Order: sequence, then structure tokens, then C-alpha cells
Amino acid sequence: MDKNLPLGSRRKFLARSVSWIALGAAALVLPKGYAEEPRMLEDPMRVPGALPRPYGERSPFVKTARVGGAGQGAPHGWGANAPNNFNSWTPLQDLHGIVTPSSLHFERHHNGVPLIDPARHRLLIHGLVNRPMIFTLDELERFPAVSRLAFLECSGNSHDLWLPDAPDFSAQDTHGLTSTSEWTGIKLSTLLEAVGVRREATWMLAEGSDAAGMDRSVPLTDEVLKEALICYGQNGEALRPEQGYPLRLLLPGYEGNINVKWLRRLKLGSAPFMTREETSKYTDLMPDGKAYQFSLVMEAKSVITSPSGRQQIHPGFHEIRGLAWSGHGRVTKAEVSVDGGRTWQLARLQEPILPKCHTRFLLPWRWNGQEAVLQSRCTDETGYVQPTRQDLIKVRGTNSIFHYNAIQSWRVERDGRVRHIYA
Amino acid sequence: MDGYGTSMRKSLLIGIGTLAIAIACVGSAWSGEEGGGYGLGRTATDEEIRDWNIDVSPTGEGLPPGQGTVKQGAQVFAVKCAMCHGPTGTEGPKDKLVGGQNTLKTAKPVKTVGSYWPYATTLYDFINRAMPFNAPGSLNSDEVYSVIAWLLFQNGIVKEDAVIDGRTLPQVQMPNRNGFILDPRPDVPVR
Repeated sequence: MDKNLPLGSRRKFLARSVSWIALGAAALVLPKGYAEEPRMLEDPMRVPGALPRPYGERSPFVKTARVGGAGQGAPHGWGANAPNNFNSWTPLQDLHGIVTPSSLHFERHHNGVPLIDPARHRLLIHGLVNRPMIFTLDELERFPAVSRLAFLECSGNSHDLWLPDAPDFSAQDTHGLTSTSEWTGIKLSTLLEAVGVRREATWMLAEGSDAAGMDRSVPLTDEVLKEALICYGQNGEALRPEQGYPLRLLLPGYEGNINVKWLRRLKLGSAPFMTREETSKYTDLMPDGKAYQFSLVMEAKSVITSPSGRQQIHPGFHEIRGLAWSGHGRVTKAEVSVDGGRTWQLARLQEPILPKCHTRFLLPWRWNGQEAVLQSRCTDETGYVQPTRQDLIKVRGTNSIFHYNAIQSWRVERDGRVRHIYA
Repeated sequence: MDGYGTSMRKSLLIGIGTLAIAIACVGSAWSGEEGGGYGLGRTATDEEIRDWNIDVSPTGEGLPPGQGTVKQGAQVFAVKCAMCHGPTGTEGPKDKLVGGQNTLKTAKPVKTVGSYWPYATTLYDFINRAMPFNAPGSLNSDEVYSVIAWLLFQNGIVKEDAVIDGRTLPQVQMPNRNGFILDPRPDVPVR
């Protein structure tokens, strides 16, 4: 019930609706659809509802949204790169299950989202191939199709957590640069077979047709050849522009940036091309001054999404809910601690439990009103266990920027307020 | 650039252990009918490939004709770059491009062209395709070469009379050339 709407206008609307029905002309005068702002009725059973619409929208009562965005005054900024920050964060704390709605998928682009006419878009494959080829989108969509669910995580996700301060962050702020979609496309290997890749080809440059001309080198490992997709579909429809419409590369489990969007070109070569994004960016600086390069796989990570930072809870029953994922395969175990890591309980993993995909974990909990520190820790099918922040920093220092995957801590204070802390 | 062609590649091959297996798979998987038997797509013409083939590799492959000097580069930088990177490339507000040497081990590393970038050729690949930010792809090859010459000079990597072109650029030795190691993860011991 919208208490702000004057009673008079509610009555007027109701009266009007009733009179339409009385005239027996309901089909002509039914409300067009959900109004831009909710128009509250005393009783939705007393008036005809909205009609079908060509393209659906969520209920006007649902407000969860990405945060971030570009430009001056944006709520989030990346240090020296502000204000041109082409980032937005997924509201993980508000989502159910494992799929991220396309409209809430996190975004990271390097010079805006291009507007691409699919009729004019082409994919060129050349370099160390027997026959360089050009494909139209129509042609690409005629190849045998493959769909799979996979997470996509920016390797800069949680980058603030390398820093010594622990601001009053939400789960969206700390972990919102990861999302899961069902992706549809062609196996990369199908296209490489079509062009006849030469034996000496061991790397592949992928290039986008955005204003950044994003380019990354992809190692042609057996894993890449088995799993890489050239995608045109996301969650059952065409890719969203922010996710690379009309065509993107998908390397399940690999850092977001190498999943090149707006894909226009693949060039086969015998060595990495050493592009800007794989040398001066997306490399992890260690305490000894050396940097990890081509650290492409996103290691196992998890976060409790409820209760989580900035939320307010009340004593009594709560289901602790969270997400776990690993770029190396399936999550095999998620454990939860409510005492800052002293003791751990096994959480239930909810089906489906898919490789390289967000996996939902759940644990019933009764909050007694005392201070509690909630943590989650996951293990993947390789036996890798998500590290504590202390252990991670001991090896990598705090200058890495990328690939932070440590255990997250939320402190539930006595007043029920939940805060991001380093435990 | 010999070190790149042999030892670097070898280390990458060893580092990514599965690559040998991958190549074996490639050999068997791609021995089939040309075009994969689907009859989709067409052969790309040399002209089409030339138009799109803009990448530049550490060997210098892909570098176009043209050349630039430090002096010319100073002018290009002042007009096209300084508004984001600062008059001397050290001020920002965007990425700092100059200085930062000996900061990588400190609490506040400054990762610039001079202190961090391992390959000079990357400058051509990136500037040519993505800069200036508000008009990417608008510099001609002489302008790109010259702004690279200026950046390398400002970082103390080349002399003031250096001429940068497709022959000299791949020969430039970057100070942090050996500053990278291939992903050694998992690197954090489990307790």
C-alpha cells in the first residue's frame, strides 16, 4: 500500500475502473500495463490487471540495481582512473539462485559500449591458419550451438580489500564484479577447425570492435580448446550491448577482461602478443617487485550475501546464504563460521552445482543478539581451499590490485547492523 | 628481439604445462575437411586482412612505415595527451606514464611506461588503437612513433636525438623487461 498516494486519487481511480467494467467495455479500456509508478489499489481483485507487454519489466516495487557507472560524480571511482570509470557492480545481496539477470550483470568496459549493427558486423579469423576466413553473424548462428552456465568475474573484483582500511561496504561493493549467465554460441574449436589452424599456432589474439580496440592473447591450451565459446546469446536472448553484442569470446573460469566483447578478430600466432592489458594492467605486483603475468584463472572464492554488509538483522532465525565459485571447476564444499573462523560448519550446496559457475550455499542459523563474525570458505574439485586474507597477503603483499579471493568477514553487531571487517 | 622469440616462448610453453597436449589435440582435430564441412563463411581477402590487422607484437611484426622524433613527440603529447596525463606525463589525472623507477617494491608503486611496461612495442599497439581517449585511432603513424619517442626519452630509455620507427622500436630494451613471471598459482599454502 503506497501511503503517499492521496486517498482521493485512489478512490477516483477505483471508481473509474469500476465504472468501466459496469459499461461492459473492459477489453477496450483496461489499464495499459504496469504504470511507470505503482498506482495502488485497495484490492487488486476488484479491477482488471495489466495486459501482456512486448518486452517485460520487473515489478515497480523491486528497486535493486547495479551501483557505479561512468563520469563525474559517479558513486564509485578507481583511484587515478576516476572519473572515467566504466564499471558497475551486481547487487549480489539481493539475488536468488545462481543466475544473474542480464540487466544486473556487472559491467566493465574500457571506452564505453559501442553500438554495433549486427548486419554489418564480421568476425575475421587469420594468422597461422590454412584459410583466413570471414563470417557474418547469420553464418555464425548456423553453426552447431552450445549453451552452458558460467560465471564471469573481473580480476579486479574485491580490489579494495587489498587496502588496509575496511570501509562500511556492502557485498555489492566488495564482490559485485562477478555474475553468472547462461551463454550460447559456437565452440571456438569448431571455428578453428573451419579455418584449419596450423600446428605451430599456440596463442590467439582476440580483438574487440569497441573504442578501446580491446585486445588480449589467449593461450590455446587443451582447456581453452575444449571450453571456449564464441557467444551470441546470454540468458536466452541476444547478448546485451554491455556484454558484447553481437559477439563475444567466453573462456569459462578466466578473468573477465580476456573474455573479449564486441569480438571482430581472432589472429593465430606462435607467442603472446603482449598487449597493454596483459602487461601494464591485469598483472599482479608482488612484494619483491616482480609481477605475475597471465594469471588467467579465477581461483576459488565465496561470499556470504545474506546477512552481509550494511544490512540490518533482528534476533531469531536466519538462513545464511551465499555464493561460491571456482575457475578451476566445481565447488565441492562451502563452510560457514559464525565465530570469525574458530569453528566451521558445512553449508548445504544447492543444485545445480556446475563447474565454473556460481554455486549457492545455505545454512540455517539462529542469531542470539550477540556479536558474531560470519565467514564462508569454499573448496573446489582440485582440492584448493579459499585462503584467509592474512595468508593471501603474506604471500602476495598488498599491491596486487587483481585476483583477490580471500575469505570475507561480516561482523553482526549487537544492534543487528552488519559490517565489513578484516577478521 | 631474440630473447622473446626463444627463451620467453620456451618458458611460456613450459609454464603452461598443458600446451603440448593442446597442440597434439589441434593436430588431430583439424585434419578434417577444410571449412569444417559446414560450408559457412568465406575466404578473407588480403585487403580485408590488411585493414583489420593492426596489432603489433614484441618482434615488431605489424609496425607500419613512418617515424618520429622526441621533438615532434613533445608537440603531439602537449596537444593530444597532456590534458589527461599531465604536461610531463607524471601529473595525471589519468595513468602516470613517466617516472616511478625503483618504486615497485615500495608501499606505493608507480607503474609507468618507464618503471613497469616490459615491451616498447606495446606502446604502438595500444596508442594506435585506443588513444587519444576521446578520439581513438586518430593519430597517424608518424604521430604515434613520435609520441612513443617522447615517452621513452622522458623515462630516460632513449636519447634526445632518437628516431623511433619500425626497426628501432623493437630493439628498445625496457627497464622492467624481466619484471614478470608466469602465473605460479596456487601460491598460497593451505593451513
